[in-house]
Amino acid sequence: MADFIQQLVEGLGSGAIYASLALALVLIYQFTGIVNFAQGELAMFSTFIAWSFVQAGVPFWLALILTLAVSFLGGMAIERIVIRPVEGAPELTLVIVTLGLFILVNAAAGWIWSFLIKDFPSPFPESALHLGGVSLNYSTLGVLGVVAAVMGVLYALFRFTKIGLAMRAVASNPASARLSGVRVGRVLALGWGLAATVGAVSGVLVAPVLFLEPNMMGGVLVYAFAAATLGGFDSPLGAVVGGLVVGVAETLAGAYVGAIGSDLKIGVPLAIIIGVLLVRPQGLFGRAAVERA
Amino acid sequence: MSGFLTVAGLHAGYGAGRVLHGVDLTVEEGEVCAILGPNGAGKTTLLRALCGLIRTTGTVRLDGADLPRNRPEAVARRGVAHVPEGRGTFAPLTVEENLRVGAYTRRDRAAVAADIDRVYGYFPVLGKRRGQAAGSLSGGEQQMVALGRALLARPRLLLLDEPSLGLAPLVTRELFEIIRTVNRDERLTVVLVEQNAHLTLEFADRAHVLETGRIALSGAADDVRADDRVARSYLGIGG
Ligand SMILES: Nc1ncnc2c1ncn2[C@@H]1O[C@H](COP(=O)(O)OP(=O)(O)O)[C@@H](O)[C@H]1O
Ligand SMILES: [Mg+2]
Repeated sequence: MADFIQQLVEGLGSGAIYASLALALVLIYQFTGIVNFAQGELAMFSTFIAWSFVQAGVPFWLALILTLAVSFLGGMAIERIVIRPVEGAPELTLVIVTLGLFILVNAAAGWIWSFLIKDFPSPFPESALHLGGVSLNYSTLGVLGVVAAVMGVLYALFRFTKIGLAMRAVASNPASARLSGVRVGRVLALGWGLAATVGAVSGVLVAPVLFLEPNMMGGVLVYAFAAATLGGFDSPLGAVVGGLVVGVAETLAGAYVGAIGSDLKIGVPLAIIIGVLLVRPQGLFGRAAVERA
Repeated sequence: MSGFLTVAGLHAGYGAGRVLHGVDLTVEEGEVCAILGPNGAGKTTLLRALCGLIRTTGTVRLDGADLPRNRPEAVARRGVAHVPEGRGTFAPLTVEENLRVGAYTRRDRAAVAADIDRVYGYFPVLGKRRGQAAGSLSGGEQQMVALGRALLARPRLLLLDEPSLGLAPLVTRELFEIIRTVNRDERLTVVLVEQNAHLTLEFADRAHVLETGRIALSGAADDVRADDRVARSYLGIGG
């Protein structure tokens, strides 16, 4: 039992990381209808920026805040420079553009920081918290805490602020929002900025586990896609729940299903994606159109 | 040229398809102006052109100053509220959130709260459903939300695109009466696009008939109602 709880918490820890990248995917999908294949690479790039700050002697938490700020501005800039010109283009064009961005960002990171793996510091203590036979790593608890804080901030932004209301209006009906005086272009840029920021959190949290290198986020992106598909691409809450479920499923399958073990557990997200698309394509929390004509 | 809203030589369309071929139109401050015309005449296109949703040539002036082109958000900030065909509901947002989006450009919080209550006064059913997702409301209720959202901008000019579409006659009449009340109490200028000519001519001060992208006939609502051509084409009277 103690072992099971431990696996569960570990699963939630990885799940929280998938959840933040999935949330980034969902944010952009909601505002622009674009599935951003480059989201993981942007997160990786942000993580390198954090690493550079830390190398330069900046304390970790300050480095994190600076990185989030840079990522926010970077996300807005990408929307302006790369996405705005192809706004409203056919879906395939948009997919190709984000794949191009993927390759560009990946190559740029390799060119700037090289493809050699780097140690990325964990801000949390190495030790574990012992609770009646269960030992919980502070690093896992820390990840859960950071992701919970990010979700809380986003929730408050969307629920309680005027700009959050405008963002939800744009996600729902951009033309109508425009008629109410909402500057939709700014909202879209803001959406990309927020997504890049949330994605950066996932990169910084996963780097101490995986080592930092330009291809670090490839696997994480697959899990994030599984999470977003499971939760529903149009539901931020779904992305979070989906991420946690995927993380737990992956960890438990790796631990308890002998045939899967740690080698095959990358198959878990794929199985989830296919299963969801077959049974409930809009995902657990996705909207199956509540609109009435 | 006098007039609160003046439109001259307005051309607009979609890509190669021209729809408006030089529309001239004057709307006086405080009047309810009806735009009638058959399906496909370009009524919706005219409203879209006025508020900058599509590219145009020609002039559109509000209170003596040109309206910005191709920037609907800027036109909205100049005091033009547009209730689009299909109502423009923010389906997942609650009724109250829909209304608050309408007040997006305003900073006077207390007055916004009072205006929201005023809309609930006009439409008590919206007050009862303030926390409900707007997409789950009936068509008539969504039209009320759309009108309420437009009013929350405290506009100087209200553009309404076929508010009666899909509504029961009684609901339509109720809606028109509220539009008339707001028009009278706040001297709000209204441009009302409709196919429902009977009811519209009863409520409007002036009317213009749009046919294949041009104004074919203009006049006081009573005169337009009395016009033979209108009677035959839109009111189902005579032969
Ligand atoms: N988005 C669009 N793209 C291309 N053509 C359009 C579009 N909307 C309307 N049209 C065309 O413009 C003409 C006028 O349409 P519209 O303004 O909607 O007429 P009305 O509102 O008077 O029924 C019609 O021939 C219609 O087919
Ligand atoms: Mg129309």
